[in-house]
Amino acid sequence: MINEIVGMVLICVGITFDFFGVLGLIRLPDVYNRLQAATKCVTFGSAGILLGVLIIHGFSDLGIKALLGIFFIFLTSPVAAHAIARASHRSKIKLCDETIIDRYQEDNELLDKGVDMTSVEETNN
Amino acid sequence: MKLIRWLIGITIISVCTYFNFFVYEGALLIKLINVVLFLSLFILFRVMRGPSAADRIVAVDILGVLIIGLLALIGLFYDQSFFMDIGLIWALLSFIASLAFSKILEGRRLDD
Amino acid sequence: MSIKWRSRLTVYILSLLIWFALTDIKKFEEVAAGIVISFLVSLIAGHMLVTTEKSKSPIMRFKSAVIYLFKFLWEMIKANIHVAYIVLHPNLPIKPGIVKIKTRLTKDIAITVLTNSITLTPGTLTIDVDKQAGEIYIHWIDTFTIDTDQATKEIGGKFEKNLVEVFE
Repeated sequence: MINEIVGMVLICVGITFDFFGVLGLIRLPDVYNRLQAATKCVTFGSAGILLGVLIIHGFSDLGIKALLGIFFIFLTSPVAAHAIARASHRSKIKLCDETIIDRYQEDNELLDKGVDMTSVEETNN
Repeated sequence: MKLIRWLIGITIISVCTYFNFFVYEGALLIKLINVVLFLSLFILFRVMRGPSAADRIVAVDILGVLIIGLLALIGLFYDQSFFMDIGLIWALLSFIASLAFSKILEGRRLDD
Repeated sequence: MSIKWRSRLTVYILSLLIWFALTDIKKFEEVAAGIVISFLVSLIAGHMLVTTEKSKSPIMRFKSAVIYLFKFLWEMIKANIHVAYIVLHPNLPIKPGIVKIKTRLTKDIAITVLTNSITLTPGTLTIDVDKQAGEIYIHWIDTFTIDTDQATKEIGGKFEKNLVEVFE
C-alpha cells in the first residue's frame, strides 16, 4: 500500500516535469535553448516515471526493465543533445537575438585564419 | 502581446486539465496516460512547425525519451512486461537516428 | 592477463547477469542460451569497456563515486526547478551565450562523464570538446560571466574534484 502511494507520487512528479520540458520545447526561441529545456526536464521526468513503476511493481520483469531504461536514458540523452547542438552550430543555424556572446564562433574564425596564414607561408617558402 | 498569448495558453491548459481530471471518469492511470499522449501531441506540433531541420531532430529525439515513460505506464496498467521491451527498443532506435541525422546535418559522411 | 581479456571477462559477467535478470532462471534452455549469447557478445564487442589501468584503490574510488552521484542528483533537481521557472514566466527571462571553460581531465571516460553531467545541470549544455587544449564550449542559458576562469569555477569546479579521484 505505502509503495503504491510513493510510486504514484513519483509518477505524478515525473509527468509534471515532462510537461515543463515540452512547454519549453514550444515556447523558447532557438534550437539551443529548446534543447536545454527539453533534454533536462524530459530526462528527469521519464526517469521519475520509470522509478515510480519500479517501486509499484517491485523487482519483477517489468521493474527490472524499467531500471535498465533509467540507466539507458541517463547515458544516451545528453550524448544526443551534444551531437545535435554541435551539428546545428556547424551547419550555421543562427542563435537567437538575445545572445550576448559566442566564443565558439570567434575561436573557429581564428582557427580558420591561422590555417590560411600557415598554408600561405608554406607556399611562399 | 506576450502577456496575452501567455494568458491564452494558461486558459487552454487549465480547461484541458479540468476536463481530463474532473469530468472524464476512469482510472487514475488512464488519466495520467492521457496527459502524456497530450504532451506527445505538443511535440508533434514542433515536428510539423519547426523552422529548421535541427528543430525537427530535437523534437523526434525528445519524443523517443517521452515514449519510454508512456509505455512503462501502459505496461503498469495492463500488467504486461513486453510493453517495456518496445519502449527500450524505441529509445535505442531514436538515439541512433538522432546521431545519424546530426552527422548528416554537419555535412560528414556516415562512415566517417 | 592482458587488459583486453580482463575487459572481455567484465562484459561477459555483466551481460550474463542482465540475461538472468530478464529471463526465467529455472529453465535449462534459457540458461544455456544466455551462456552462449553472452560469450559471443563479449568476444565481439568486449574489448571496448575497460581500456586503461587504474592506480587508486577501488574502495576510495567507490566512495568518491557515491559522493559524486548524490551531488549530481541534487544539482539535477535544482536544474529542473530552474527550467520550470523560466518556462512558466510570461517574459521568458533568458540571456543566452556560448562560453569556454578549461578542464584538467585527460581520459576519455572522465571527459564524457563531466560533459554529460554539465548537460544535465542548471542552464548549461555542452557544445564541443577540444581535447588537446583541454577546453569545453558551453551554451549557457543565463550568462552570469563571460570570463573563462570564473566560468570554469562556476560550472565545472563542482564536479571536477570528485571525477579526478574516481577516474584518474
